[in-house]
Amino acid sequence: MSDTALDVAVASFASDVGDCDPVTISGLATRGGPVAGVRSVTAPAGVEWIEPAEMTLRCGAGTAVADVDAALREVGQCVGVPETGTIGGALSVGRSGIRRLGWGPVRDSVLQVRYVSAAGDVVKAGGPTVKNVSGFDLCRLLVGSWGTLGFLADVILRTRPLPVGERWFVSRRDPWELLGELYRPTSMLWNGETTWVLLDGHVDDLAGQVRRSGLAETDDRPTLPPHRWSMSPAELPSLQASDDGGFVAEIGVGIVHRCEPAPPRRHDPAMVELHRRIKHQFDPGGRLNPGIDVLSIT
Amino acid sequence: MTTDLVSRLRQRLRADQVRDADAEVNLYRRDASNMAGHPAVVCFAETTDDVRAIVQIANEFGVPFVARGSGTGLAGGAVPTEGAIVVSTSKMNRILSVDPVNRQAWVEPGVLNLDLSKQIAHLGVHFAPDPSSQQTCSIGGNVANNSGGPHCLADGVTSAHVLGVEVVLPDGSITTLGGEDPEPDGYDLRGAFVGSEGMFGIATKVCVKLMQNPPDVATMLLDFADVADGAQLVSDIIAAGIVPAAVEMMDQLCLQAVEEFIHAGLPVHQAAALLIEVVGLPGAVASHVDRICELAAHRDVGGVRVAVDDVERALLWKGRKSAFGAIARIKPNYYLHDTVVPRHKLPEVLAQVYEIAERHELLVLNVFHAGDGNLHPLLVYDAREPGVTDRVHRAGDEIVRVSVEAGGVLSGEHGIGLEKRELMPLMFSDVDLAAQSDLRRAFDPEMLSNPDKVLPSPAGCGDIHSVPEGAWV
Repeated sequence: MSDTALDVAVASFASDVGDCDPVTISGLATRGGPVAGVRSVTAPAGVEWIEPAEMTLRCGAGTAVADVDAALREVGQCVGVPETGTIGGALSVGRSGIRRLGWGPVRDSVLQVRYVSAAGDVVKAGGPTVKNVSGFDLCRLLVGSWGTLGFLADVILRTRPLPVGERWFVSRRDPWELLGELYRPTSMLWNGETTWVLLDGHVDDLAGQVRRSGLAETDDRPTLPPHRWSMSPAELPSLQASDDGGFVAEIGVGIVHRCEPAPPRRHDPAMVELHRRIKHQFDPGGRLNPGIDVLSIT
Repeated sequence: MTTDLVSRLRQRLRADQVRDADAEVNLYRRDASNMAGHPAVVCFAETTDDVRAIVQIANEFGVPFVARGSGTGLAGGAVPTEGAIVVSTSKMNRILSVDPVNRQAWVEPGVLNLDLSKQIAHLGVHFAPDPSSQQTCSIGGNVANNSGGPHCLADGVTSAHVLGVEVVLPDGSITTLGGEDPEPDGYDLRGAFVGSEGMFGIATKVCVKLMQNPPDVATMLLDFADVADGAQLVSDIIAAGIVPAAVEMMDQLCLQAVEEFIHAGLPVHQAAALLIEVVGLPGAVASHVDRICELAAHRDVGGVRVAVDDVERALLWKGRKSAFGAIARIKPNYYLHDTVVPRHKLPEVLAQVYEIAERHELLVLNVFHAGDGNLHPLLVYDAREPGVTDRVHRAGDEIVRVSVEAGGVLSGEHGIGLEKRELMPLMFSDVDLAAQSDLRRAFDPEMLSNPDKVLPSPAGCGDIHSVPEGAWV
């Protein structure tokens, strides 16, 4: 099979990454920007193809999420990657958007990746089909790895139909009662007083859910504070008593958006050792995004 | 050495948890594949500490170990390496906690898949992955194989439904990968562990995500005079923005075998039928059923049967799920394959599957997850016929190759195990395989946890043991 333009760009990207000196990757600063003082490379950009009947898309990791969204919108589809920065950046950070309750985490959108390893090789992981258990799941390992194990070059993503009739609603009712009542809400946000619910679907179903649960349509949405705390969703009710309202919690998920950064967490020695061994296997010289420790990112 | 090993195990576990009599050990030579190994001893773990003790002893003696749930795997993933300790988790079968509000549960790995969904049904939730073996397969086995099932089309396979795993790592340390909170620090080791076929350690507790039971369900059976029309309809439905809960296909031989078995009024004179299930709120279900019927009319659909009640719905599903039992009426043996192709390649690859079977003078039945392009050709045969097993293996090899050549993958839900490890180079380069081997070495530097699986021999260098009986590639 002849090389596509993307194949050529990926090969060139691999050559940019090289195999010896410290190197960092930059795009649209989803991670917060490249590692300072280190040579920087940029992943290929552009949507290679969209297969609407497969619900899959291939693009360079440097493609802006907005560009992917715009291309997919033309075929009535979208992708469960948060609307920020590049695809590669969003995957390398691994943080899901506020639709995680209904759409699942960002990691589940990834079917196949090619990445450039610390040795400068192009490595493929996963497969192009929506279902695949051939070999170990390096795709999920790479999502959220902050470019410390390899630099994403291009990806095949699973897409989904654009939601029909998606609208925000608001309620003063207990969010956990609503969670029990509503069928598959896409998102539920709660600030300790008010609950915002994102629903979509058939017009009759929406009307029925709204009526039964006493929801009111709204154009307002809470502003999300900048820092993310990750809690068990079962712990969220404790926020009510102890907090002064400066949070927005994702009900049923456990992400809490707050103004202050999350306190560092302790990790058991087995977890720390496993991380050390994985990093050592994938990047023995510590040349990829040097200085980033994935266990202590806040 | 086996005597010393068994003595040492009996120091740490109760005597009745450690079995080394030939009659008992021989029961653990196989899983549901046609391959067999030679374990040294079988241990029945009851707690995480039991598992840790066994793994520590395996390290002391330098012997491999393999976790085993219900032994329903089809790719030889639980076939023990020569001299291995089999660690049965079947007695670790408690549902530890259920949070019906946030829809999470902690379970032990020996809990059976269908038992979990039955025991939480009164809470209005279920565990979505539903392999055909769901009455007997264990959650631990589902985690190891990243199992699928008919209802994984809309909601994904096991990895999408596992939030966390407490594991005993191959060095005997205990940690939790992932967890109840959505964004634990560090790498997604939960994601790496799910589907690692027992090579990254042993799961001792699993935090699963539970799904809401749908308020409305429509189950439809559509039949076609031409297999290609049914296969094309699958792509039409997805392209129209409808993702049903399940889209299953059965071809004529399968319909006939099943009909003789369950008498459900299946369209036995047609070339193929699609079993489609649409779930959700009533408005969406009704509009999706209408749209699917419209699309089907453009593909020369014969009959359209929509189950009128739960009894009929259960009957149609019984037809799908009893296919493997029904097949015994045709020939005594079968070899079940598992590959995935892009949906739009289904008509082309199905035609190739029939051609391959015919050329090898074999009967093939197709009953599979058409919605995600997951083929399950069943080669049926009588092993007593001279030479037939070789033909079955050759035909199987060709089916895997045409699937990968069509842009597909080696396995959609059975895993690689022993069965397909030597076919991995069809999908992956040496560099790709070396990366997988690197991850394995990070989890298991001593290569004691279920060695010899998944990776072809050269990439797994250092863990080459004898080829098990029945391995065909």
